Amino acid sequence: MNTGKSETEEGKKRSGDVIVETVSRLMVPFIQLFALYVIMHGSSGPGGGFQGGVIFGASFVLLVIAFGIVNAGNRFPEAVNTALFSTGVYIYAGVGLLCIICSLGAAQYLNYGFLSLPVHFEERRALGMDFIEIGVGITVMAVIAEIFFNLAWKKEEDEKEGGKE
Amino acid sequence: MILSVVEQFPVLVVVISLLSAFTILIAGWLNKKSCWFLSFSTILVQLVMSVFILNHVLTIGTIHYWLGGWAPPWGIEYVVDALNAYVLVILLSLALICVTYSKRSIAHELPHKIVPFYTVYQLLVTGLCGVVVTGDIFNMYVFVEIFSLSAYALIASRGKIALKASFTYLVLGSIGACFFLLGIGFLYSVTGTLNMHDLSVLLPPLYGNKVVLAAFGFFTVGLSIKMALFPLHTWLPDAHSFAPSEISAMLSGIIIEVSTYAFIRVCFSVYTVNFIKLLPIFDFLCWIAALGIIIGSVLAIAQYNLKRMLAYSSVSQMGYIMLAVGLSTSTHHALWGGLTPALMHILNHALMKGCLFLVAGAFIYKAELWNITDFKGLGRKMPYTCAAFTLAAISMIGVPPSVGFVSKLYIILASLEAGKFIFVAVMLLSTLLNLVYFWRVIEMMYMRREEREKESHSHPPANKNEIPLSMLIPVLTLASLCIIFGILWLTEIPIPILDQVNALFGLGRYAAP
Repeated sequence: MNTGKSETEEGKKRSGDVIVETVSRLMVPFIQLFALYVIMHGSSGPGGGFQGGVIFGASFVLLVIAFGIVNAGNRFPEAVNTALFSTGVYIYAGVGLLCIICSLGAAQYLNYGFLSLPVHFEERRALGMDFIEIGVGITVMAVIAEIFFNLAWKKEEDEKEGGKE
Repeated sequence: MILSVVEQFPVLVVVISLLSAFTILIAGWLNKKSCWFLSFSTILVQLVMSVFILNHVLTIGTIHYWLGGWAPPWGIEYVVDALNAYVLVILLSLALICVTYSKRSIAHELPHKIVPFYTVYQLLVTGLCGVVVTGDIFNMYVFVEIFSLSAYALIASRGKIALKASFTYLVLGSIGACFFLLGIGFLYSVTGTLNMHDLSVLLPPLYGNKVVLAAFGFFTVGLSIKMALFPLHTWLPDAHSFAPSEISAMLSGIIIEVSTYAFIRVCFSVYTVNFIKLLPIFDFLCWIAALGIIIGSVLAIAQYNLKRMLAYSSVSQMGYIMLAVGLSTSTHHALWGGLTPALMHILNHALMKGCLFLVAGAFIYKAELWNITDFKGLGRKMPYTCAAFTLAAISMIGVPPSVGFVSKLYIILASLEAGKFIFVAVMLLSTLLNLVYFWRVIEMMYMRREEREKESHSHPPANKNEIPLSMLIPVLTLASLCIIFGILWLTEIPIPILDQVNALFGLGRYAAP
């Protein structure tokens, strides 16, 4: 963000370092892409939903550090966040329950082989695992961001209170 | 392999609870009132499932559920036998009663935190169910963490002083969980497996191994912190007295019991009776428990705050359960042999202490009455609530035919059979101490008049000021169950369930000579 004269006082206080902002703007898409790679790689190698989710969450942390909590918070409202960490759990538990439902109660929970997908038994296993990893990834990402946002908001509020005094 | 519907229930009990927790979170935005309804209906469904599971286990046999179809020891296995099913039914019944009670009391006490309260409450139930149904020791650790974390949050929900109580519990509870995890790590390093049945097969040749012995030490100490066994009970009084009352009832009635369940599971399913007999650990536990019984009761007498008094009473009641567990390897009688008295007291304590804490919550709900000295004349104002308290209190003292009487009778008979006459004396002394601290409360409620009334005897008796029906019904249900179950135990109808547990572990009359 350019340090123009029209910027508000709060913006100036936030320092608005050009290097930090530009670099993080460049980095964030790559971090997120890497996170997606780690999530999808989870079924066949090192990585997985948790690790990928943490990396994805870290990209939001970087945004907050570079642009301040107000700007980053507007991009990622709390309501969406809450919905996201429920969604992740729904995907996880839903895929597990689908295995039972698709097999009409013959297969166990999370027995991906019985998902009614138009592919081979082994491929269904791999795909099922990917679905699970995506669910885990979404929840972990949302929770990491939520924890950091909560801590950061708290700090901001304290500073405001301190300023008033 | 084709599974019957009931065989899917062990995993469904956990999964629908987890799904419901996050649904409550979303539904809470749309309508705050729906939270209670969702939580209540989920726990009701879970309870029905658990009854089916119990029936299946008793009539057909142990349920083995392989998650994802992976055969153990590679996959996680859920194993439900008579012990799990019995604890699961108790756990969900108490959870249902507490959630019914919480509708009005949480709306009154924590009006801004209704949505988070029910979300975390449902996660607590998820964790507790998970610990009970699992047959994999690492999975058990994960669920122990889930229910502990939910419990920390729920205890802190009142804010202020409750935060400190919750933090103390968090630090001690984490140490307990760490020790449990270290124990698991040690066993994994020598056997390479985490499945409980697999461990019990692989461990016997290694019983002399120092790593295996150290692991058992870690399990014992870690779970003793979780179950608040004297002298590791220091987190308990604060946590119980500052939590919302329904959470105190859950904490005292079932959370510490589930940790006891975990200990019994580790002792008899991972290690076996043969290992326990190698070491004098159970004799040691008996002595610790006996000390806990006496000291818990003495400290309870010193309390003025009702919930704090009940909390110290819980310390002494955990002593009863652990004394019964400690005696389990040296008794052989068909009725009171083996784990029967311990498991019996797990149910009995859930009923009695659940009822007492809910009544304590009722006094706080109506008039912010925390101290015993403020209870003057309550017997006339809140007749049903006080009657429920009296029923539960005489059960604690052990008046026949209440549940407390049966527990004490069985534990005394067990200690007589084991030849430990000192524990008979401990039980009798503890009964006297119970009488002292409960009679004090009953006397305040029924026999003292309020100051105002003393001045003018012509003054009409105080108006009835009873708690709402949705709180009164749970309280009265628990109080009447205290007597009903006492009679049921005396008629020996539910004993076959506990007998199956003894048969499973080779205890009591099934013990090898």
